[in-house]
Order: sequence, then structure tokens, then C-alpha cells
Amino acid sequence: MTRELLYGWGLTAPGNCEVHVVHDEAHVIDEMNKATRTIARGLGRSYGDPAQVSGGVVLNNRGLCDIGRISETGVVTVGAGASIDELLQLSTPLGWFVPVTPGTRQVTIGGAIAADVHGKNHHVDGSFANHVLSMRLVTPTGAHTISPSKNPELFWGTVGAMGLTGVITEATIQMTPIATDSVLVDTDRYSNLEAVMTAMLEGDDNYRYSVAWVDCMTKGKNMGRAILTRGDHATVDQVEKPTLIGPQPPKLSVPFMPPSGLLNRASVRLFNEAWFRYAPQHREKEVQSLSTFFHPLDGVSNWNRMYGKRGFLQYQFAVSDAHSDTVVDVIKRLSESGVASFLAVLKRFGDGNASPLSFPIPGWTLALDLPIGSPRLPGVLDELDEMVVAAGGRLYFAKDSRLSPEKAQVMYPRLAEFRKLKDRIDPEHKLTSDLARRLRLVGE
Amino acid sequence: MENAFGQPQNVVVFGGSSDIARAITRKLCAARTSKVILAGRNQKALDAAGDEAKDYGATTVSTVLFDAEEPQNAAAAVDAAFAAAGEPVDLVIIAVGLLGKQTEDEDDPEATLRMATVNYTWPVTALAQLRKLMVAQGHGRILLISSVASVRVRRTMYNYGAAKAGLDRFAIGYSQGLEGTGVKIQILRPGYVRTKMIAGLKEAPFTTGPNEVANYVMRGIANDSTVIWSPPILRYVFFVLRHLPTSLWRLVMDRQ
Repeated sequence: MTRELLYGWGLTAPGNCEVHVVHDEAHVIDEMNKATRTIARGLGRSYGDPAQVSGGVVLNNRGLCDIGRISETGVVTVGAGASIDELLQLSTPLGWFVPVTPGTRQVTIGGAIAADVHGKNHHVDGSFANHVLSMRLVTPTGAHTISPSKNPELFWGTVGAMGLTGVITEATIQMTPIATDSVLVDTDRYSNLEAVMTAMLEGDDNYRYSVAWVDCMTKGKNMGRAILTRGDHATVDQVEKPTLIGPQPPKLSVPFMPPSGLLNRASVRLFNEAWFRYAPQHREKEVQSLSTFFHPLDGVSNWNRMYGKRGFLQYQFAVSDAHSDTVVDVIKRLSESGVASFLAVLKRFGDGNASPLSFPIPGWTLALDLPIGSPRLPGVLDELDEMVVAAGGRLYFAKDSRLSPEKAQVMYPRLAEFRKLKDRIDPEHKLTSDLARRLRLVGE
Repeated sequence: MENAFGQPQNVVVFGGSSDIARAITRKLCAARTSKVILAGRNQKALDAAGDEAKDYGATTVSTVLFDAEEPQNAAAAVDAAFAAAGEPVDLVIIAVGLLGKQTEDEDDPEATLRMATVNYTWPVTALAQLRKLMVAQGHGRILLISSVASVRVRRTMYNYGAAKAGLDRFAIGYSQGLEGTGVKIQILRPGYVRTKMIAGLKEAPFTTGPNEVANYVMRGIANDSTVIWSPPILRYVFFVLRHLPTSLWRLVMDRQ
């Protein structure tokens, strides 16, 4: 046991917690019984405060790291603390890829379920939990094996619930078959937001993976200029020398914390300009490695330090197609406000799943990184919240570090249903986090 | 809980009816603060400050009575305020102080004791209890109102200046002792502020209003600065003043 100052990936709002690395189910049960307030933590890639509980006990799941045999049909049982990176290192050579991966491989399986992560294939394959066949969950009232057919209420209640129903100890996942470790990528450059959104609406269904990088700092007729990359796993005859090699460790790292303010309006604008100009107008069937296509930022370890000690945040929201105007309005508001934002990520969401707290809803999602520091930023983001609420949209708990409790209740109308489940399986509200307390997701 | 911008959801204010504290509380309530616990000596003044907090968005306001001339009760006052909060406290503001009248107080042992008690002994006693409670909760922030008068003690207000100097240096050591605990203390060093406290005094250069102080505090909280100067230029002004030879220092400052 150690007492540690824990942060999210954004390096904001630290909390001092008692940290225990848990090794098996019995250990989790034991620690949960002893604690008065507790939450699980994986690799700490959520941006804000969901994987910490100040003054409480954090159960680090990295001791639960067994990776089982991958069956002939691609079914594998994995410890909740194993990372997607570790799983891919073993599974890629055997021709299996994770069904869903976020922009980083450095997340645990437990975390992926708790945040119900999505990837570039959400419009085709849905979110991570859609591929979880079953999982083992330790709650304060007992340990359960749950699946979409066995205790579906607890299964879906756990998905996207940021650890507030219990500690996931292992999960059985359906992997995706791949013939090579390459992706065939089509890239297109669009000079404004409307053009790229039209292209995504019309063409995304032809690709398994799709994502657009949008520049939120240009104004006028080039507002929201974007680079759209879409692709599919390559088959053996589509590449010259087909290989199946797992991900490699990062070669670069940010070794120390530069002063806050290095990433300011001028430097970010310059970066965005270079990024945009570097991309081809149109390129077809480019062969990219899995890592380059899915996890570009994993090439630099500790890249979050780039923002300096004040840290940064990510603003990610989702709105339905009926409110696609909101995407335009948000980017307009941001470009006018002049707050520095790196290239934002725009994606289409397919159908959501049965979980009351899972983030994806069919339509659009936009995510952007913003450095802390501009005195205007808190107010601008509060305005964006209003626009998202007015459109019936929502923010993503795994990214949030500043939403108000009132708006969280409106964005997640099924919260009441979740609380009923919570009261039943965790009547003392032992499982809580700084996020849960800040957004008043559960009572104290 | 505090959010990524350091905006608190609940706040305990000692000296809750003081002008600077009220200005800061209004700003906090306009952002994310919904629960305010105001502690002070005068129930009526606290109630008025509480109504004001509600006007700016607070949903829950409670009050706690305490007397800063009784340092033996400081720990109990801190406990009472935390009990009133009923949950981990995000921000504690200590806006307790007494300016006194140097020329009248300097021959009066009782008045001199009172100045030392209110400006030093009560705050440090309260800080010790706050440390215990807040380190246990693993997060939180303390805003301690010091003064530029703490930087170099002046002939014309040495009772006040010396006590604030003691408090300010105490807080520097205290902040170092908090590293790694998740708790932070921030020391506000305002110059002259147009408040009840200095009513009747001649307005000095770099005098601001309480609302301006509150703005600098908001910025200081967001930046996590250990010392917040208000206005910020005083950091440089006092860097120079602090190093002047005494004769020059007195020539400049004794006139004010």
C-alpha cells in the first residue's frame, strides 16, 4: 500500500489516495471489504478524475494481467488489468485484432469496459462492450459472472459506468480476425467543415474505419478544414510482403515537463497549418501499419507532459444527426473565441448499446484537446455545454474534467435507472470517485 | 470536488462577511460553487453575505459563529464549519484580520495582544486543524489572505505588519509541508483594497477594489500560484521596496 497523488491524463485536479495493486478476485474482495470509499484504476488514461477517490482507496487493476489462450474463433479471456497493447502483442501474430481500440493502446481491458470506449469503427462495430461476451465483476454485495444474457441489467449497468458498480476482474472478448498487420488507407483533404461532413455522411459506410482531423482555429470560408482518413484491414494479396507483427514500444518520449504556455495560440496554429499542408489532397490505398493508423500518439510516451504543469483537458461531445448544426456551431464558437485547440477529431457514431451510461449515440462526435491557462476557456466551455444540452447531446465521462452536475443529469437521462441498480448492488455507495462526487452521479 | 480549472463546488470562508471574502465568494458562486459555509462573528453580517452568495448561484448556505480573539476555540470553529459542509471541502478561505490603529495601540498591551491574536495566533491555530482534516480528505485548497504589509514591516502599522509577516512566513513553510498531499495553500498578498478595514485612510498607489482582488484570485487559483499578488505589479514594486536602505524605505513609506 502506498499513498499517492493521482491525476488523470490531463494532469489536473489531483487527489491523494491509498493505492493497492490487486492480484486476484479474493484480494479485490478483501480490499473492498476493508475500504469505506474505493474505485478501480487502470493505466490512468481518462482525462479527468474518474479513476481516483481523494482520501479513499484506489484498487490498481494492473495485477490482474493474465491473458488466456485465444480460441480458434477468436474468443479470449483476459485479466481486467491487461492492456490492449499487451493483448495485441500476443494476438497480432496469431491473426487477431482487438474488436475496438481507442486512440491509444495504453488502456486496460477493465478501463475499456468501464468507459465503454469507441474507435474509428464505431459506425460499423459499435463500442467495446458490444464485443464483450461476459465478465467477472466484484461488487460490495458479491462477485458475479455477467453477460448480455446472464444478469443483463448488471452487465449493461457496468458498461460505461466508470467503475461505479464494482471492480471488473476479467472479461471474455470476441476478437476480430486480420490477415495482415497493415491497413489500406484513403486520405482526403477538405477545405471546410461542410465538405468533410458531407463526405463522411455519404462515404463512411464503405469503410470499416473512419476519422477526420478538423482544424478548429481557422475562421471564415476555411473554417473547419479537415483531413479525412478511412481504411480497412489489408488482405494478404493487397500488400507486397504481408506480415503479422505486434505493436512496438515507443521510440520517443517527453522526458520532462516544459513550461506551461509552450502550446499557445501561435504555436498550435502553426502546427495545425503544417499538419494540414502535409496531408495529400487525395491518396488511395496507402499501406499503413496498425500502430500508425490506430495509435499515432503512442509513438511518444508521456506526450501529455507537452502541456506543462497546468495540464490540459479534452472536450468531447456527441449529438444526433438531427443536430449536426451543433458541430458547426461549436467549431465556429471555438474558432471565434481564439482558444488554442489542436486538431480536433470528428467521427460518425453508429447505434448505441443498451447501457444507461454509455456515451455513444448515433450521429456525430467531436473531441478536442485544450490547454489549461486561457482565462476565457472555462466560460467558453460552459457555453458549449449549453449548446450540446440544447441539441440533446452529451459529454463523455472518460474525457470530462469540468462539467457541472446539473448538466450531467440532463445529458444522461437514464441516470435515475442507473442509481436504482447502484442502490441495490452497492447500498453504502462504497464505490465512488472524484468524478462521481463532482458530477453527483451517486450520493455520498 | 474541484474541477480542472480549480473551480470549487463547496467553500468554507472564515471572515465570511469581509469585503474581500464577499467579492471572492460572489465570483466562485457565479462559476461552480453551490455550497457556501460562512463563518464569522456577526450573524447578521453573515446572513447578508449568505443572501448575496445565493443571488450569485449558491444553493446551500450555512453559517458558523466564531471569535478570532479566542484562538483556543479555532480548532472547534474549523470542525464546526466542516461539519456544516457535510462532505469533503474543496476550498477554505481565511479572511481574518484586524488593521488596528498603530499610534493608539502601541502603548496598550491588550490591544497589541489582540492584534497578534487575530492576525497570527488564530489563523495558524486554525491552519493546523485544517491540515489535519484536509490531508485526510486527500484534496483541497486553502486561500490565506496575507498582505503586502507582511513583506517589510512599517513604522505606521508594525503591529499589523509583523503579525502578517509571521503568518505569511508560516504559510510558506506550511505549503512546503503539504507537497504530495493533494492539499494546497495559496497566499494572497493584496495591496490597499477599498474596504471597511481601511476606511478613512489615505488612498495609496496601486489601491484596488475588492472585485479586482477577486479577479486576481480567480486567475491565481487557475494557475496554482503559491503567492498571489494583487495587483500583480506589486510583486515587482515590493521587490524594489524590500531592498531599499531603511532611510529611503522610511522616507517613502512613513508618509503613507
